[in-house]
Amino acid sequence: MTSKDHPFSVAQLMRSIAIGLPLAGVFSVAFSLTDSARAADELNALVWCDHTDPALIEPFEKEHGVKVNLKEYEGTGAALAIVEQSQPGDWDVFVIDGVDVPTVVDAGLLAELPQDQMPLDDVFEAVQMRDVTFRDGKMYAIMEKFGYNVISYNNEKVDPEDMRDLNSLWSDKYKGRIAVYDYYIPLMDLVALKMGMKPSDITADVLPQMKEELFKLKENSVMVGDVVASSTALAVGEADILIGGGEWAVAVLAAEQSELDWVLPDQGGVLWSQSIAVFEESKNKDLAIEFVKYIMSPEGQARLATSSCFWGMPANAKAGDHLNDFQKSALRWDEQPEFQAKSHRYFIPDAELDGQMLDVWTEFLQH
Amino acid sequence: MAIDLPRPRGESLRAWGFLLPALLWTAAFFLLPLAIMAVYSLWRRVGHKVETDISLQNYENFFAKSYFYESLINSLEVTVLVTFISILLAYPLAYTLAEKVPSRWQRIALIMAILPFWTSYVVRSYSWLLVLSEGGIISNFLLDVGLSSEPISLANSRSATVIGFVHFFVMLLTLTIFANLVQLPKNYRRAAADLGAGPLRTFIYIIFPLTLPGIMVGAFLTFVLCIGDFITPAILGGKRELLLPQTIMLQIERRSDFPSASALAMILMMVVSMVYLGCARWLRLDRL
Repeated sequence: MTSKDHPFSVAQLMRSIAIGLPLAGVFSVAFSLTDSARAADELNALVWCDHTDPALIEPFEKEHGVKVNLKEYEGTGAALAIVEQSQPGDWDVFVIDGVDVPTVVDAGLLAELPQDQMPLDDVFEAVQMRDVTFRDGKMYAIMEKFGYNVISYNNEKVDPEDMRDLNSLWSDKYKGRIAVYDYYIPLMDLVALKMGMKPSDITADVLPQMKEELFKLKENSVMVGDVVASSTALAVGEADILIGGGEWAVAVLAAEQSELDWVLPDQGGVLWSQSIAVFEESKNKDLAIEFVKYIMSPEGQARLATSSCFWGMPANAKAGDHLNDFQKSALRWDEQPEFQAKSHRYFIPDAELDGQMLDVWTEFLQH
Repeated sequence: MAIDLPRPRGESLRAWGFLLPALLWTAAFFLLPLAIMAVYSLWRRVGHKVETDISLQNYENFFAKSYFYESLINSLEVTVLVTFISILLAYPLAYTLAEKVPSRWQRIALIMAILPFWTSYVVRSYSWLLVLSEGGIISNFLLDVGLSSEPISLANSRSATVIGFVHFFVMLLTLTIFANLVQLPKNYRRAAADLGAGPLRTFIYIIFPLTLPGIMVGAFLTFVLCIGDFITPAILGGKRELLLPQTIMLQIERRSDFPSASALAMILMMVVSMVYLGCARWLRLDRL
C-alpha cells in the first residue's frame, strides 16, 4: 500500500500539526520575545505598592531617560517565589520588608551598596538598623520608609482615650468593632506588649498564652485582612478600630476622612520598616544604584512618604523640608522622637520559632 | 442498530494531527507541572531550605495539624452549600428561560443571565463587599423600611462568601441546565399528557430526570471552581475562617513552603477527582 491510497498521509498529518503548533506556541514565543527584548535602559523593580505611584517614578524616568518596570507584590514569600521562578538578572531593584533583609542577604540575593553614596547619616537613628542591613562591614540594603503597627480608629465611633490602652481592645466594649491586620509578626508583638512583655521576650514557652490572647481578640474582631482589606474595613465603617494599623492605614485618607486617626498606645508600639536593595545578579547595577539614590534623596523620600498607595514616614529626616504642614501632621512628624522611643522593632525569630509563631497565627485565623 | 465501521487510516491520522497540539499543550502545562508538584509535595522545607529526601511528612502534617484539615472541611461545607443553593436558584431560572420566554427573547435573556461573567472577578467581589457591609445597600434598605433598628453587616462572613459565589455560579448552572432543557423534544410532554400525567407529574418523572446531565455538569463545574477559589473568600470572608486555597496561599506567602503547599494542592486535587468519579456517569457533555 502506498501513500497515495490515503487522502491524508503522514505529510498531511505534519501539515495539521504545523497549523496547530504555532497556535499552541504563540504565547511562549511572545513571552520569550518580550523577555529578550528587554532594553539596557530599563530597570526591573520588585516593589511594594507605594512605589507604583507615577508621581514617584516618573521624575526618575525623565531624568535618566529610562523605563522603570514595576512588579508589585505582597509578602516576602511571594517575592522570593517570583525571584526563584525568574532568570538570574531579570530583577534589578528589590523593595523588601526590613525584617527580612538578613534572610535575603543569607540567600546571596543582594549586591553590596556603595556606602559613601548612601545618605545613611541622614536616616532617623531608629531605622538605620545597621545590624540588619550590614554584613561583615558591607552594606546590602538601606531603610527607605517606616511607620508603626499600632492602632488606627474612627474618632467619631470610639473613645480616643480608650485607644491609648491595648487592653480596651480585649474588652467587651468594642466587641465586633475591631479589624485585625493579618501579619503575624507585628500583631504577636502587640500581643506581647499587651501581656507586659517586650516583643523580643517571645519564646516558644509563652506561645500558648499568646494563643489564648489571640483567640480572645478574634472573638472581638469583625474581620482579619491584609493591607487593603483591613484599611478598607476601617474606611467604609465595617470596623471602627484596626489593630496593627497606623499611619499607613489612615494618613493617605486624612484629607477626605479626617475622622480616621491613629495612636501609639501607652504600652508601646511596633515599628515597621521597608528597605531598598539591588539584586546581586542585576545586569543594570549602576542604574539600579542611581534608582536607590533617587529614592533615598529628600525629594524622592517625600514622594515615597506620601505615595497614593499608603503613607509612611520617610527614613531620610531631610525629607521634612519637602513635606507640607498637612502631610507632616498626618504623619505625626513632631511626635516622632517620642514615638520612636516607645516603639519596638519587629521581633525576628529564628526559623524554628518563626514556624511555631506561624502555626499559632494560622490557628488564630482558623479559630 | 448502528454499526461502527473502521475509519480510514488517513482520517485517523488527520484527527491525531489536530489533537496533537492540544495534547502537547496539556502535557507541557498540566501533566508536567502536576508531576513536578507531586514530587515537590514529597520534599520538606526545613528552616529556610528545602530538603529533597522523599518523605510523607507534609501529608502527615495535614492530619496532625487541625487548621489544615479544618480548612478542607470548611471548603467542602462552603462548596456543597454554594452548589446546592445555586442549583435551587438556577433551575427555575433556566426552566423559565427555556419554557416560558418566547424564543425571540431567549437570546437577550441569556445575555442578561451571563452579564456577571463580563465583570472582573475581583471587582465583583469588592462590589459585594460594599453591598453587604454595614453602610451598604442591604443595611440601608432594612433601616429605611424599619425592618432593622440599627445597621447590620453581612460582610466578612461565610454568608458573604456564599452569596458572592452563588451570584457567579447561578449563571453557570443556568446555562448548562438551559442547554439541556431546550434539547428535550416537545413530544415528551405531549405523550405524558396523552397518558394522563399532569404538569407536575410530567416534570417529576420526565423532565427533571432528563435534565440531570445538565444539572450534574453545572454542579461539577461549580464544585471544581468553587473549592479551588482563593479570591472570593479572601475578600468577602474576612478571614473569619480559612478555606483550603487560603491555607495553601499561606504556606507560600508566609513560609515560602512550596512542598507543604504542593501537598495541600494534591489533596485538593484528590478531593476533586473523587467527586468526579462519584458523578462521572452523569458528566457526559454529549447529552447536553
